[in-house]
Amino acid sequence: MKRIYMDNAATTPTDVEVVKAMEPYFSLKYGNPNSIHSFGQEAREAVEEAREKIAHLIGANSSEIVFTAGGTEADNHAIKGIAWANQKKGNHIITSKIEHHAVLHSCQFLEKHGFKITYLPVDKYGLIDPKDVEKAITDKTILVTIMHANNEIGTIEPIKEISKIAKKVGIYFHTDSVQTVGHIPMDVNDLGVDMLSMSGHKLYGPNGVGALYLRKGKKIVTLIDGGAQEKNRRAGTENVAGIVGMGKAAELAKKRLNQGKEKEIVRLRNKLIQGIMNKIENVRLNGHPTKRLPGNANFCFEFIEGESMLLSLDMEDVAASSGSACTSGSLTASHVLLAIGLPPEIAHGSLRLTLGKDNTEEEVDYIIGNLPGIIEKLRALSPFKENWEGLN
Amino acid sequence: MGMYSDKVMEHFKNPHNVGEIKDADGIGEVGNPVCGDIMKIYIKVKDNKIIDCKFKTFGCGAAIATSSMITEMVKGKDIDEALKISNKAVAEALGGLPPIKMHCSNLAADGLSKAIEDYKKESKVKK
Ligand code: FES
Repeated sequence: MKRIYMDNAATTPTDVEVVKAMEPYFSLKYGNPNSIHSFGQEAREAVEEAREKIAHLIGANSSEIVFTAGGTEADNHAIKGIAWANQKKGNHIITSKIEHHAVLHSCQFLEKHGFKITYLPVDKYGLIDPKDVEKAITDKTILVTIMHANNEIGTIEPIKEISKIAKKVGIYFHTDSVQTVGHIPMDVNDLGVDMLSMSGHKLYGPNGVGALYLRKGKKIVTLIDGGAQEKNRRAGTENVAGIVGMGKAAELAKKRLNQGKEKEIVRLRNKLIQGIMNKIENVRLNGHPTKRLPGNANFCFEFIEGESMLLSLDMEDVAASSGSACTSGSLTASHVLLAIGLPPEIAHGSLRLTLGKDNTEEEVDYIIGNLPGIIEKLRALSPFKENWEGLN
Repeated sequence: MGMYSDKVMEHFKNPHNVGEIKDADGIGEVGNPVCGDIMKIYIKVKDNKIIDCKFKTFGCGAAIATSSMITEMVKGKDIDEALKISNKAVAEALGGLPPIKMHCSNLAADGLSKAIEDYKKESKVKK
């Protein structure tokens, strides 16, 4: 059996069609899109075509798409860019406790420079209450930044409701949409956002390229200074091949969404969740039961630790991830799992399986068949098994 | 996964001496302050020698492998010798640990010395 990849929230495989579309832009059509000659112009055309495709995917105008070096840069750009551009108006930013580190650490950086940040709590499903956003607004608030869907537990936030609140009082609204773009149907006007971050490699495109949707007329300060590229919104010679790749990925994603292909992922994901919940005891599902990303399944298994689960799964050729302290590099449990109210020892036993468009029913069955044995073996090692107070 | 040595993976796959000793002479329970893991070590002592040693661990791959390794290393050693086993020695016996995982090997060394302490207390009471 082939290795099973169920870590699509970390990165997705680059589609072969995407790679094919990128190929000419390395050694054949290698012009700098800012050059006057035909080499330059064919590259320019390719970049603009990609911009169209990405705009089309999210219902934007192509002039509102700014290419960046990835989702993290797009988040940094949006948050710091708005902060610097509006310092005279105010110094308060509202975000949540479960944002990606690209957002959280950008906010923490601004805190060191005199900005005040409100980190909103979430409920046990990871949902933000729009009323909390409303209550947190002061006359100094310049920006609200709330993620579209959480990368760990998959919960989809009520962005429409929140953006309405921000709009009512004339505050900028940004959403980190890295996990949703290309995975669920969306439209920036329907969502009502001013800025939205995207990443190429999360939608079957290449790494090292992303984009920021910046609503027409909204001004932000650039992060990267240099040439006049991207209409003075992001300097640096364009990553032409990467941009072409992301454009192709967006085109393919749009096609899949038009065909409702994400529903098949939801079906397999639900089968996986059901199978695991039925076969294993002392397990809980993290995130919202229905308001969740199509491919996301996230569990906590009591009595055991996540890294040992990942090692065991890897030995059975399954790639997954965990929010356990032992896997985090910082040796504290995931801030998201703690924010939904899990005690650290429960958060320790988390396992995230994220399905993508290429996962099959067979793979899901394989995991349902093999995980119980792995959990049982690890629980036999655990000093907690007998005298654990458990959840609830 | 490639982050651990073959020896670590061997012990992780087939950990030695897993379990409890019902009539243990010493039990050491330690928690890892860094990431919140827990290890319990049981020893059986006869004529000042550790004749049996078992463990239960709630922790990462490195924590499980070091538990398994230390229980192997102490068997047959007399208790003063066993006390001298350092976390470094356990890590070395496992062919090294990634730097971020060195603290996990403290669990094993600390758990063992706690178990021995516990035994010493117990045997004093008996005398
Ligand atoms: S026990 Fe947590 S990192 Fe090893």
